[in-house]
Amino acid sequence: MTRFAAGARVRARAADPDGHTRLPRYARGHIGEVVEVRATWQLPDEAVRGVFRAEPVYVVRFAAAELWGSGSHSVTIDMWESYLEEAP
Amino acid sequence: MSGEHGELPVAARVRRLEERLIAAGLATDAELDEVLDRVFTSASPVNGARMVARAWKNPAYRDRLLADGNAAAAELGFGAGAHGYLLKAVENTPTVHNMIVCTLCSCYPTALLGPSPGWYKSFAYRSRAVREPRAVLAEFGLELPDSTQIRVWDANSETRYLVLPLPAERADEMDENELASLVTRNGLIGTASR
Repeated sequence: MTRFAAGARVRARAADPDGHTRLPRYARGHIGEVVEVRATWQLPDEAVRGVFRAEPVYVVRFAAAELWGSGSHSVTIDMWESYLEEAP
Repeated sequence: MSGEHGELPVAARVRRLEERLIAAGLATDAELDEVLDRVFTSASPVNGARMVARAWKNPAYRDRLLADGNAAAAELGFGAGAHGYLLKAVENTPTVHNMIVCTLCSCYPTALLGPSPGWYKSFAYRSRAVREPRAVLAEFGLELPDSTQIRVWDANSETRYLVLPLPAERADEMDENELASLVTRNGLIGTASR
């Protein structure tokens, strides 16, 4: 069971993790929309330390205006579930 | 090719890394040679171009390519490399233009697009593609109408993208080989119209 479904509004976590992450800095704290559930893959943040824990990965689309305050394009990023929280 | 690389500091570092991998039992010399051989002899944008040409000529193949990129690549005899990745084809339309970047490193389907160009790995491209893609595309000589929506895809090690460009004019009159010759590596990345 995945926590988010296609169409869900999600916010990328804003915290700066201590170690490796695949959550790009430019997306942190920003709100996007789940386009689809991609797969279930090992969380790279932990796999890099030899801890293998799989979790759902979501395709999340962000509007440029949300990321940068301007622009009309979108940016789509794969997001592991623990990178995301529900957006209001 | 630029001359002899054997004396460059990077060559010495690569050799030391190879020796460590072999000493640790993680790889053999023969396996490393085989990987390099595959990259330099079979990885080419000609492969991606053949997939695009097939999709332009064959609507059923286009549908399969969009639904399952790996299976569509395999149909033409192309694999996704030793470690594998999910291949996603993203289709340009008259109103949507797709563009690929990997902001965290330089992930890209090498088997289908060939070794990545230097600019794809540059900080400038990786930071600007997500922030001002329209300006970046203009610098590549691709001026899109304001009405065209630009979708940037930030790739990663697990998910790699290939752009399916808009069909060439008079594609109906050409065969697949002719069509494939019209498709460039930049077109497959989305920094050219095809």
